[in-house]
Amino acid sequence: MKTEPRDLRTVLVTDCGSTTTKALLFEKGVDRWRQTFRGEAPTTVEEPVADVTVGARNAFAEVQELSGRVILRDDGSFEITSSDSSRGIDLYLSTSSAGGGLQMLVAGVVRSITTESAERAALGAGAIVMEAVSADDGREDYERIERIRHIKPDIVLLTGGVDGGSTSHVVEVAEMLVAAAPRPRFGDTLRLPVIYAGNSDAAESVREILATLANVVVVENVRPSLDRENLGPAREAIHEFFLSHVMSHSPGYGKLLSWTPVPVMPTPAAVGDIVQSYAERSRQSVLCVDIGGATTDVFSVFPDQQGKAVFNRTVSANLGMSYSIANVLVEAGAEAIRRWLPFELGESELRDRLRNKMIRPTSIPQTREDLFLEQAVCREALRLSLKHHRALAVGIEVKRERSIADVFKQSSERYELVSMMHLDIVIGSGGVLSHAPSRMQAALMMIEGFALQGITLLAVDSIFMMPHIGVLNAVHPQAAQEIFEHDCLIKVGVSVVPVYAPHAKIGTRLAEVYVDDALVGVIEPMKVARIPVSAGHTGTLRVVPLHRSIDVGAGIGQICERVIDFGECGIIVDGRNRPFSSDSFSVSRQHDVYEALELLC
Amino acid sequence: MSKPLAPTLRMLPSTTVRKRRELPLRGRVLVSKGAVVASDTIVAEAYRDGELRIVRAAEDLGVVPADVEKYLRFSIGDVVRRGDIIAEIHGLWGLLKTHVLSPIDGSIEFVSSATGHIGVRGPKNRITLTAYLGGVIAEVDPDRGVVVEAHASFVQGIFGVGGEHVGTLAMLDVPIHREVTAADIPINAKNAVLVGGHSPSIEALRLAASRGAVGFVTGSIDDATLKEYVGYDIGVAITGDEPVPMTLIVTEGFGVIPMNSRVEGILRAVSGKIVSINGATQVRAGAVRPEIIGAPSTAVPGEDMGARDEISSEGLRIGGVVRIIRVPYFGQRAVILDLPRGLERIETGASARVARLRLDLDGSEVTVPRANLEIV
Repeated sequence: MKTEPRDLRTVLVTDCGSTTTKALLFEKGVDRWRQTFRGEAPTTVEEPVADVTVGARNAFAEVQELSGRVILRDDGSFEITSSDSSRGIDLYLSTSSAGGGLQMLVAGVVRSITTESAERAALGAGAIVMEAVSADDGREDYERIERIRHIKPDIVLLTGGVDGGSTSHVVEVAEMLVAAAPRPRFGDTLRLPVIYAGNSDAAESVREILATLANVVVVENVRPSLDRENLGPAREAIHEFFLSHVMSHSPGYGKLLSWTPVPVMPTPAAVGDIVQSYAERSRQSVLCVDIGGATTDVFSVFPDQQGKAVFNRTVSANLGMSYSIANVLVEAGAEAIRRWLPFELGESELRDRLRNKMIRPTSIPQTREDLFLEQAVCREALRLSLKHHRALAVGIEVKRERSIADVFKQSSERYELVSMMHLDIVIGSGGVLSHAPSRMQAALMMIEGFALQGITLLAVDSIFMMPHIGVLNAVHPQAAQEIFEHDCLIKVGVSVVPVYAPHAKIGTRLAEVYVDDALVGVIEPMKVARIPVSAGHTGTLRVVPLHRSIDVGAGIGQICERVIDFGECGIIVDGRNRPFSSDSFSVSRQHDVYEALELLC
Repeated sequence: MSKPLAPTLRMLPSTTVRKRRELPLRGRVLVSKGAVVASDTIVAEAYRDGELRIVRAAEDLGVVPADVEKYLRFSIGDVVRRGDIIAEIHGLWGLLKTHVLSPIDGSIEFVSSATGHIGVRGPKNRITLTAYLGGVIAEVDPDRGVVVEAHASFVQGIFGVGGEHVGTLAMLDVPIHREVTAADIPINAKNAVLVGGHSPSIEALRLAASRGAVGFVTGSIDDATLKEYVGYDIGVAITGDEPVPMTLIVTEGFGVIPMNSRVEGILRAVSGKIVSINGATQVRAGAVRPEIIGAPSTAVPGEDMGARDEISSEGLRIGGVVRIIRVPYFGQRAVILDLPRGLERIETGASARVARLRLDLDGSEVTVPRANLEIV
């Protein structure tokens, strides 16, 4: 197979998900790369068909049938492109989250320092963190050991201590691991993969202690000093272990790996890569959410205090729209879901409906009421997953001079990286957002669920192809960029939300909205409205606050101006202040919002 | 295009049931292939390492970690009792003694010269695995488990809480369309699996459990009652380990839905007989549904004792009977009149593959997305 970008004309990519394997065909056209055909089939990693390649071949067969392009030979091998451009492919790539994805245990010494850095490294590499253990997590040794021995991680990431600091605490954590002796998920005879990314002075002791239990790889410290984080080496080691230990022991993956010359990536890692790449290229702060049936992933890129773009990913393992829908109900409460509805619904009816969705996850809303109920749940899942993300996506304050007190304090100053007022674009992915019957519904879910502020471009992933583009990006960044911007990213619209101090006397008009110097609308308190702009028009949006205490994105009282693609829906102005107050909600208020956005027609 | 998918639950009056019984860790199988077992026969066992307690000896004795070994009174591997002095230091010409004690019965597992900690491991715990249903051992995986095969009726529920139980099936004197109240619970329910009605009150469930019932199978339950019964709100649909005295299985769903009459008929046929039940539910890929295995008896391995899963292998077809699993026709039965090939726009604005149906309730004709149908 070919891997040089100049040689590529046809690339087939699969994402082997927990439930479905999705195959996409990317082809180089006259002017640019395009996503052309799509096929899908149930993923096959469990008995009676425990071989991932069976599901992948079924998905290829669908692409073959739809495109007319011969992909598979009779003997089951790939047809490689030759001079006949209607046959074969040049390259096959894949991502995978089948069988529950990459599951990790992270362990550190201080919860808010090394363990949190380890968690960020694992999440950024696309893992689900099953457990985070710290020497200071308030549990007794035997409680931690008991907990660890009952989980079966794919990989353990062990950290602790800054370079040059005390070694005894991290050695204690290593001893605790030996005592618990967790067994890896795959392969009874496989030695547990452990990545040590702690105090470099303790590396040899840790390696010695874990020698009988684990296959230990030592990488640079994730936290070489209190004010510096170094996640790259740990993330790379996770990807290497993922391929050499996890993938190769999963059913059929040995064969799948032999089909592609490029490493199979964990699905969230591929999405993370394309998000980072897009943020870097467009010089924008980005928030991306993938809301699935069982879990919700949040990705962000925001600048730190030094102006360097920082990527973060979190996964809220039990927030989702089908298997985990009842958990959103449990975590948010029925009242929090009901507040988003434009009609009355009794709590008991709401609870029973969501439970029925939980036990029959493939059913779909037939009535508009039922659709709005699912979309209300989505808002709460977005709200809760963003809250979770913000708690972990933090920067570390760099101190030019450290006092003696700082040295002994064993803590570091952290600050939140995510700033909703400075968010440029939010990208929604997952069925409830990508496949919402109207784009305006997707827009409103993101505006309300994330409580957007200032000026934010709203986009959705057209058919959940970000994982595919993420892995393509590793081989052919330009093709990935073209497909991402033209075929994947659907610009839905722009939200404009003025924010002000709760007790400010702001009058009856909050801000004026101009497009290309023409006044197109005025934002009123508590009112939500749509300002139509020709679909796909790119122009200059100027928002002028009408009171000195109002911030529309450029600072309090400042005019905010951006050149922007107004997408399919144009501008959605929201006069409800942030954070939402309880008087923002009532059935009649929500009814007005839905009506103003023409969602009740 | 792929075939219409109509998820359905198994409802088989007579079949060959094969249950894989597997230890959570490697161990030893205690029965041979072909052996006849009862539901409570222990078919395999394993030993799990005991808990490990860490004694911070260096800190307690006031010595450097590397020196702890010098003050040990036991060697690695020695058996110790709770309260035994495991390390001791004598100070001031032997007048002052400082020591550390074993926190549990067990054995010394390690002494760390890096941290000065002593690890004491408790005795191994025996884990046993029962056959769960009476039958024949059809397969043996020597250090993992067995497959038990039996001739039985087999019914899957849609959702359950609580784990495995074996009891005698007893039909409640409640028609399938009526709610179950405390007055419906028989005085003698010891080891019974009670079956009938729908929407049991919390009082009915508690009374049944207090009278010794080990299982309760009913059409539906409302979420508030489930929460009261379990003691907390279940978030993710992975169940089976709830601390409930009696396993609860619902066959249809949440709200007010009568039990499917076919299910009721299959269960009534094994009234008074031994049944094995399990409420464990996992609604993800590789789905696990709760089950009621009726009157299992020995079967010759490999011999097909009856209809195998004939219903679930059948797709949607014109004239077939289905149940609608989503509002606005939630819980209603209907007959399929037509299965249009293309996508159609539904009320939400989405496009979906649909079926035209005639409702049993009033004979009206309606259109419903195929994703919202279950074959009954």
